[in-house]
Amino acid sequence: MAPTDTISAPQLYLQSLSRWSAIEIAFWLATLLPFFLFPNYLSLASQIAITALFALSLDLILGYAGVVSLGHAAFFGIGAYSAGLFSKFVWGEPFSGLLVAALLAGLAGYATSFIICRFRHLTLIMLTLGLGLLAFEVANSAHWLTGGSDGLQGVRIRPLFGIFKFDLYGYTAYSYSLTALFLFFLGMRRLVNSPFGLALRGIRENLVRMPAIGAASRAHIRKAYTIAATVAGIAGALLTQTTESAALESISFQRSADVLVMLVLGGAGRLYGGLIGAIIFMIARDQFSGIAPQYWYFWIGILLIVVVMLLPNGILGGLSKILARWRRK
Amino acid sequence: MEAEVTEIVLSTRRLDKNFGSLVVARNIELNLPKGARYALIGPNGAGKTTLINLMTGMLKPNAGQIFLGGEDVTALEPQERVQRGLARTFQINTLFPGLNALEAVTLAVCERRNIAGEFWRNVAVHREAIEEAHDILVRLRLGDSCYQVTRELPYGRQRLLEIALALATKPKVLLLDEPAAGVPQEESGDIFEAVASLSDDLTLLFIEHDMHVVFRFASHIIVLVGGAIFTEGPPAEIAADPGVREVYLGKRKHG
Repeated sequence: MAPTDTISAPQLYLQSLSRWSAIEIAFWLATLLPFFLFPNYLSLASQIAITALFALSLDLILGYAGVVSLGHAAFFGIGAYSAGLFSKFVWGEPFSGLLVAALLAGLAGYATSFIICRFRHLTLIMLTLGLGLLAFEVANSAHWLTGGSDGLQGVRIRPLFGIFKFDLYGYTAYSYSLTALFLFFLGMRRLVNSPFGLALRGIRENLVRMPAIGAASRAHIRKAYTIAATVAGIAGALLTQTTESAALESISFQRSADVLVMLVLGGAGRLYGGLIGAIIFMIARDQFSGIAPQYWYFWIGILLIVVVMLLPNGILGGLSKILARWRRK
Repeated sequence: MEAEVTEIVLSTRRLDKNFGSLVVARNIELNLPKGARYALIGPNGAGKTTLINLMTGMLKPNAGQIFLGGEDVTALEPQERVQRGLARTFQINTLFPGLNALEAVTLAVCERRNIAGEFWRNVAVHREAIEEAHDILVRLRLGDSCYQVTRELPYGRQRLLEIALALATKPKVLLLDEPAAGVPQEESGDIFEAVASLSDDLTLLFIEHDMHVVFRFASHIIVLVGGAIFTEGPPAEIAADPGVREVYLGKRKHG
């Protein structure tokens, strides 16, 4: 037994797992580069940050708890429309809009989590797909409220803190989205290193063993799903606020599928996977659609096939393997 | 040979289970006194693992009841039974392949301490839980490989981790389903040594095919045949029972 006033080796070890690495710090410093190097691309950078936050929320349930979802855009869309409608009918202050969007998306996540936590595998994929399609059609048919396929009109967002306007250059937008991404990333980083994060990994690694160690897996899954839905809703709200519009695309199956692709590309279950995946996906879309707008998914398809065949744990998984091999030498 | 009256910690009453027309448990009445070391033996397909699944709640019986410390737990979920002190290990490794031994046992300790839902603090702040997990690993001689990811642990150590995970729930009763299954005979002694060194208060029921091990570690033997209790008694009695020899010992010596 170690004396109680010093830190024991196992404790130190667990602490070391969550220490910030130099690469991580470099990554976050690099997210500031667009301000200086690509000032014309700040709107794109803002959308990347928002998409990265969305992917991060999916990573919590898919990468950590092993709960696959093909309908995660439902929560993104709920957040997007909530923020839009709130600005239209209540007021355009952005932070309160975020809060409302988070609450509504979280509520939707909590409600559906009672179904989600009971199923696995293909059933779960079909369930989330079904729920996602449902959400889409609700938004589509409620034309009077959402504007249907025309999109939500009349979204007006007030300046941040009453000072910084959401302008065409995207300076405010990227600052806002990046700050939100960073803060929620910090929260998520804390979560995955917490006892709850360990429990989620336990669920992913072996759902059968969990009850045998006294764990109520379903309660854990419900909680994770609710948190993921909340964060997805915030991402959706950020998109509405920074673009001053909300469209059906935000709640579409395509968005659910895209975010899944990003996470798989980047590497699920490692926090940065969704971020890297979002960066690659969004930049590829921007570049390839410049070449041939209709066919750009062709290249994403190729990229996806190559990555899943050669790097089963995504790009980050592959990189960390190479790094580990290189360090051993 | 009857000992003085001791507290019964786990018992079953007229437990029945069938899968369609296949009867896997028939009228099973079992009483485990506190601190007992019971062996459950029987030929393959006798329903030994099924009985563990029934007692731990992984299977629901068609009829009968299960009592844990006097409480009827028949309707409780497996994790609720674990929280009340009934733990098990699995014949086929049922571990967390991607977690290392320290993480896995810490998780089990956190679940027992009701802090596994806490998501706003680093797990490393829970010093006592981590120490407890580490102590369990050291006790099972896993201390030097506790940072190794489970899937890379040698098989024998994975078997020990099975037991460590169960111990982390602080059980009153521990059901061990062939704890040394698949382990070379010279190592299986180590695993049972580790089991035997557990506290005297802990009530044990283990399934084991190796009769040397059974006679060495069990204080009482239950013979299960065709889903029903064939006979039970102290090792010497069971060894002398011609009926047992016929149904079990005569057919197979070492599992």
